[in-house]
Amino acid sequence: MAEAGSPKKLPLDALWRARTSKFGDFAGYDMPLQFEGLIAEHNWTRGHAGLFDVSHMGPSFFALPKGHGLEGDAAHKKVASLIERLVPADIQGLKPGQVRYTMITNAEGGVLDDLMIARPAEPGAAGDLYIVVNAGCKHQDWALIEEATKGEANLVRADDRCLLALQGPSAHVVAAAVIDPALAEMSFMSVKRYDAFGRLTVTRSGYTGEDGYEILVRAEHAADLANAFLAHPEVKPIGLGARDSLRLEAGLCLYGHDLDATTSPIEADLAWTIQKRRREAKDFPGAARIVAELANGPKRKRVGIRPNDRAPAREGVEIQAGGRSVGVVTSGGFSPVLNAPISIGYVDAEFAELGAGIDLIIRGQARPATIVPLPFVPHKYHRPQKA
Amino acid sequence: MTTRYTKDHEWVRLEGDVATVGISAYAAEQLGDVVYAELPAVGASFTQGADMAVVESAKTASDVYAPISGEIVDANGEIKGENWQIINDAPQGDGWFVKLKIANKAEFDALMDEAAYADYVKGL
Repeated sequence: MAEAGSPKKLPLDALWRARTSKFGDFAGYDMPLQFEGLIAEHNWTRGHAGLFDVSHMGPSFFALPKGHGLEGDAAHKKVASLIERLVPADIQGLKPGQVRYTMITNAEGGVLDDLMIARPAEPGAAGDLYIVVNAGCKHQDWALIEEATKGEANLVRADDRCLLALQGPSAHVVAAAVIDPALAEMSFMSVKRYDAFGRLTVTRSGYTGEDGYEILVRAEHAADLANAFLAHPEVKPIGLGARDSLRLEAGLCLYGHDLDATTSPIEADLAWTIQKRRREAKDFPGAARIVAELANGPKRKRVGIRPNDRAPAREGVEIQAGGRSVGVVTSGGFSPVLNAPISIGYVDAEFAELGAGIDLIIRGQARPATIVPLPFVPHKYHRPQKA
Repeated sequence: MTTRYTKDHEWVRLEGDVATVGISAYAAEQLGDVVYAELPAVGASFTQGADMAVVESAKTASDVYAPISGEIVDANGEIKGENWQIINDAPQGDGWFVKLKIANKAEFDALMDEAAYADYVKGL
């Protein structure tokens, strides 16, 4: 839910405005949409490193009250058990420094938001979680978390800070040079604090399908960090436009489009985010529907779609099979890597088979398309081999 | 040869009773990289303001409206041949969309001229 009134300016507004005039209101924030051009920025990120300002998002710290008297795993299990009231992932099972992707579900098994939950690596932070939710949902999410855990833990918003994403195959080289060589050693989906540029909370994660980092930095140090990144020849600034085409190629869901309060995580092909302990305990909102869908399969499924011709099928395009309506496109556009249109949509389960032919109804005309695997472009996450 | 413009950012250049139509440099710049376009068939007729063509960038899909009424007598072969880059490269030249045999010259005369369109764009 966007905030009323004129959109908020990012702490780094002046820095971006010196590089582009193309801004737009997104979730109540005046965000840079484009710098040198959507496709050029997209390809730069796939080949080098892109710097994204995603400070509109909702980072927060969720912590047991001071003097909780618990240490290490016991403190973590306590704080994790509180947040597990809202999400179906196994948060108690997180190891120090581990990050997990999950979603807030409602009683009907629909998705209220998708989010990242991290267990800090530092022993002194036992009993804390670092949680990052979507910009458009943050006020709702924080209210839900506070209501479900009142008096048992404290939620401290950190959205007055800057969240910068550095994404692409050169991200690790740049991050090691600018922040700390140890960043290159982090595993994908891990978190670590660094005493640089004030104090940074860094996750190796992202929304592009590339290796990369998302870095929480205090606003007073953010310009120094951003300028240090931008001074590196491998880095260019990237707008929200390319962020969307990158995540689409990576087959990642955009909340409010590919996920909403009616879609279940199972329909969304996100069963992998619900670990065994939670499936067995059935102790999360919407467990009845979600566990039933895990056992029997969902009625509809999120799929990748490749139009057989060149016309992009965008959000809202009806999907038909044999002249009958069987689904809808929830995200769609153009893939610079494939040089072809791509879409994500939901279809009735019987039409979700890979290779199945469907029709996309674009401007009243049925255009043939094919169900394909997600992601459209392979992920390149950094997962070091364990010795 | 005069070029006139619509508020929807189509341009029209009239030679005799045939009007060449395309999207303005401003529109092409706003759209960004064109990744798809659809032109009407030769022989189709449109009334002023009707959906006539489609142009899509990586960012968004836009309808192109018939800036004046008429019958399609030619459609740009480069665009039909999927050379959409030409729309970004030369929106008001080789990146033209269609040629229309006009039905009513008064519609053309009522459109914005170069200076009026420049002012209009400045105010956006």
